[in-house]
Amino acid sequence: MTVLLEPAAPAPGALAPGAGPAPRAWRRLRRRPAALLAGGALALLVLLALAAPLLAQLSGQDPNAYHDDLVDSARGGVPLGSFGGISGDHWLGVEPGTGRDLFTRLLYGARVSLLVALGATVLQVLLGVVAGLTAALGNRLLGRLIARVTDVMIALPLLVLAIALTAVVPPDFPRPLLLVLAIGILDWGGVARMVRAQTLSLRGLDFVEAARLSGNSTLRIARRELLPSLAAPVITLAALKVPTNMVIEASLSFLGVGVKPPTPSWGQMLSGAQTWFRADPAYVLLPAGLLFVTVLAFTVLGDGVRTALDPRAGSRLRVGTRKERTA
Amino acid sequence: MSDLLVDVRDLVVDFPVGGPGAYVRAVDGVSFTMGPGHALGIVGESGSGKSTVAAALLGLHRGTGTRLGGTVRVAGTDVGGASAAELRRLRGATAAMVFQDPLSSLDPYYAVGDQIAEVYRVHAAVSRRAARARAVSVLDRVGIPDAVRRSRARPHEFSGGMRQRALIAMALVCEPRLLIADEPTTALDVTVQAQILDLLHGLRREEGLGLLLVTHDVGVAAESVDELLVMRDGHAVERGPVAEVLAGPADPYTRALLAAVPRLDAPRKPRPSRETATTAAGVAGVAGGDGAEVPVVEALGLRREFGRGKRRVTAVGGVSLAVRAGETLGVVGESGSGKSTLGRMLVGLLEPSSGRVRHAGDEARGIPAGVQMVFQDPVSSLNPRRSVGESIADPLRAAGERDEAAIRARALALLERVGLEPGHYDRYPHEFSGGQRQRVGIARALAPRPRLIVCDEPVSALDVTTQAQVTALLAELQQELGIALVFIAHDLAVVRQVSDRVAVMRSGEIVEEGPVDEVYDRPAHPYTRQLLDAVPVLDPELAAARRHRAVGPS
Amino acid sequence: MTRFVLGRLGGALLVLLVLSLAVYALFYVAPGDPARLACGERCNPAQIAQVREQLGLNDSVVVQYLHFLQGLLAGRDYSGGAAVLHCDAPCLGFSYQNDRQVTELLLERLPATFSLALGALVIWLVVGVGTGLLSALRRGGATERVLTVLTLAATGTPVFILGLLLLMAVCAYLQWLPFPTYVPFGEDAEQWAWNLLLPWITLGVFESAKYARITRSSTLETLAEDHIRTFRAYGVGERALVTRHAVRGAVAPVIALSAVDFGTMIGGAVLTESLFGIPGLGKTLIDGVRVVDLPVVVGVVLAIGTAVVIAGAVADLLYAVADRRVTLS
Repeated sequence: MTVLLEPAAPAPGALAPGAGPAPRAWRRLRRRPAALLAGGALALLVLLALAAPLLAQLSGQDPNAYHDDLVDSARGGVPLGSFGGISGDHWLGVEPGTGRDLFTRLLYGARVSLLVALGATVLQVLLGVVAGLTAALGNRLLGRLIARVTDVMIALPLLVLAIALTAVVPPDFPRPLLLVLAIGILDWGGVARMVRAQTLSLRGLDFVEAARLSGNSTLRIARRELLPSLAAPVITLAALKVPTNMVIEASLSFLGVGVKPPTPSWGQMLSGAQTWFRADPAYVLLPAGLLFVTVLAFTVLGDGVRTALDPRAGSRLRVGTRKERTA
Repeated sequence: MSDLLVDVRDLVVDFPVGGPGAYVRAVDGVSFTMGPGHALGIVGESGSGKSTVAAALLGLHRGTGTRLGGTVRVAGTDVGGASAAELRRLRGATAAMVFQDPLSSLDPYYAVGDQIAEVYRVHAAVSRRAARARAVSVLDRVGIPDAVRRSRARPHEFSGGMRQRALIAMALVCEPRLLIADEPTTALDVTVQAQILDLLHGLRREEGLGLLLVTHDVGVAAESVDELLVMRDGHAVERGPVAEVLAGPADPYTRALLAAVPRLDAPRKPRPSRETATTAAGVAGVAGGDGAEVPVVEALGLRREFGRGKRRVTAVGGVSLAVRAGETLGVVGESGSGKSTLGRMLVGLLEPSSGRVRHAGDEARGIPAGVQMVFQDPVSSLNPRRSVGESIADPLRAAGERDEAAIRARALALLERVGLEPGHYDRYPHEFSGGQRQRVGIARALAPRPRLIVCDEPVSALDVTTQAQVTALLAELQQELGIALVFIAHDLAVVRQVSDRVAVMRSGEIVEEGPVDEVYDRPAHPYTRQLLDAVPVLDPELAAARRHRAVGPS
Repeated sequence: MTRFVLGRLGGALLVLLVLSLAVYALFYVAPGDPARLACGERCNPAQIAQVREQLGLNDSVVVQYLHFLQGLLAGRDYSGGAAVLHCDAPCLGFSYQNDRQVTELLLERLPATFSLALGALVIWLVVGVGTGLLSALRRGGATERVLTVLTLAATGTPVFILGLLLLMAVCAYLQWLPFPTYVPFGEDAEQWAWNLLLPWITLGVFESAKYARITRSSTLETLAEDHIRTFRAYGVGERALVTRHAVRGAVAPVIALSAVDFGTMIGGAVLTESLFGIPGLGKTLIDGVRVVDLPVVVGVVLAIGTAVVIAGAVADLLYAVADRRVTLS
């Protein structure tokens, strides 16, 4: 590195004395409108999903009730009325063929999507952190073994294995739980590899060496020195895992091996969509749009979290431009 | 007017920071001129704006959002007003720059010869083959042996010194009139540094090049230039012929800067007699009788190897030493000499491949109690997520101290002792400068009342004035507390300032060890002599004499 | 170099062995009666007993697995009842529901999958890498911002939504193309291409987002490195800096990732195949799962695993060759 010049005066937005890392991250996140917007949209979605039974009651609809009278059976079950049968009772219209209320089905679908995505992420993080830490700090043999297993887990095609798994699990096993377990157990390799690599590089840092010299045990070092520094990258990766998991759930349900009817799910609603391209486009566009927006919002939020938490993100602005200045 | 090679008037450089319209002034009204074939050294500490001035000469700030004021003319070209094409012609062909880190300054993917040829073809309409031949000839000119073959190697296959030579060859390829060297030897070992400085000197004399040397090291500048420009906080504080500035600095900052530069030839400051040291050690509960005193740390035939099979390298190959209470052992050596590996084995962070370490007579397994370390890098040596007070308190907590009030009181006392304020307890490392962080590191090392502290390059990341303060603090504390100190450094002058005894390391072995004044004044081993000879001195005449000795009159 | 290759191959074989064990354990030892599952819903008890005999399900689990391995490596005979079935290596078993050997079935499905993957590869190398390069060249400008938003949007979109919308727009509303049906290359090359056009675009564009991001970020990362500053300070033009020096940093990751992705697709782009009705490995898998045809599922999973593991090994080798800063060890 060239001898970089330090700013003579503190940069604007310089930190108040004593500001810890968490408030700094929050301040950085607040400066990203796209991430905030995404976060807001997701908060709204979560709220709606949580309140799904309440809203269903409010609209007076049951997501699984058939309404044969609302579809035109002569034309193969196209909803009566315009825009997929939107009416005062059915705010977003009805499902073609069955006449089930689309609004409540989409809401209940959101519950499944969010539950599986978040649940699987939690499981992935738990397994990944434990495996990664053990691989980095455990004894040589154990460490190498776990590292190998991690490599294998990363190499295996998740979707294919998850599909195969659904073939052998008894049909009465609760599906959302199965999806959480399948995604979580098959896809923790990424977290583990990252945690291992980070731990190995952190372990060589001087402040960890200093802690060792002061007589701290390995466990205490892991808890006090390593985990706080690992929190940022783990949270970042977890935030980016959520949309990935959501897509996997939707994909499995789309393929017909995920959430089983009558439980609604966005992906599952789309699996029958091809038939209705012309007759009822709203039925295709609503779940597709909802899934697209949700996944995009999670991705944008995750990206915002990444830049807010990356300790170099703030300084990268400065160091980076400083580098370019001399460049 | 137009016969000036460099003409800088009222140069102002503002860097954008964060929000819109927010700027930080890096250079504030600097003016200087330089004639063809002359050599000017710009000297200053980090943050003085010296590298920024160098970059401004080539218009490297263009397109980065930086605000520039004043005029910069290089060989008649107005850098500020030049078109993009004119600027490209200036860069490399008229004025060429040599950067600090030779490894990262070359493209890792291409052969060195091809990179030099590429630069040549930007400025000269020649065939690929002719450019390649030209590249080989400049590589040969800068003293790269077997240039035809070496030109096909990629940068990582070169040693540090060879890479810097290759960069200089790239600078020469278009026969520029001005060479701008930004810290060209900072990343190099002292013996290699001397060779590169000699090369630059020879090029100046033989090719009639103008040289603008940017450096933090006054000694390097004294060896290489005719005139000095001293910068501080974006201002030029002093300018004059190098001998005059060194002999009689007019500006108070220059005086302070020169006073802080550690001198190789200055005998160490008088220190309290051995008696007091032993008493202090007695207080710490370590000492025995004078003659039968047990060393605080003792190494017996320490070896350490890394890697396996064919790639096995010996970092430390059979080192024995002993350090007593109240004593400072300096360990000097160039990069790769194994000095840091040795230090880590002494404190138990690294297991030796063979040999033993004894602490106060006992053979230790793992990490023994009562040893601490001060690290080189002020950034990574403190946990960024913990307040500095908590960092200092950590060894106390680890030792089982539960009394929160006692912990805090001791941490506060230590903060004060190393020259920081008690109010700093709850602040985070990023709020401190490098020197302050190093003080925190020292306080942390002192917290558990150790018998031995190993300092691994504790001041090499610091500016020279800060360096002087931190070394003084270490020496003071050591005398006061009677701790045994191992001071590892590559800088021979710094080691002389703090050590009682010194061990010179090369390739994992101690080639010479003895009382510091004896080793420095009457070196017995040829390698020690070579090291001492290579250190730049703050006297242009002495430097010329050394150069005369080294290369011979040519 | 040889050591590196051998080591990597050894590792790949080990992974495959572990995978075969895991898959075998999961499907043949876990719940339910495998003979019943293998035979299918409509089998009578006598048929099931025959299948059980043929599969050797009366042997111990270890012997069964060894037979399975033997079948993979050397081929095996299914004997029992009247017929003796010979199954050549690599024998993945017998699908009673299809009345076919699984290996045969898979080989028959491979060309469709390969066709799909090849076209997608071309698209992501052209569109993805091109987009990334363009946004690196135009960094800071409006072009870059538009490309970044597009890339971000494409990154999150599930591939089947992209495919559905394409189908809806191109086939249902604009009617530029009929709904695709797979035509083998050997039958009619032109129809093969027309019918694969939409699947190619779907999969290619979906993957392109990733490649655009990687190309752009590796290029920008390299642009921030010190050696770029050197060449800029020597008058090398901006375009040459990006196209000659900075892009070099993206070559190795793009090649390595392409190998992995191509391998995974050979293993079956389940969603795309299923959406467009392409009779490839992926569709075979999902069909096998729907009717619980375990031998087919096991066979596809092992085949896909093999493709992925080989691709991973190839990717490592390519990376090492492309990025010669990496020492082979």
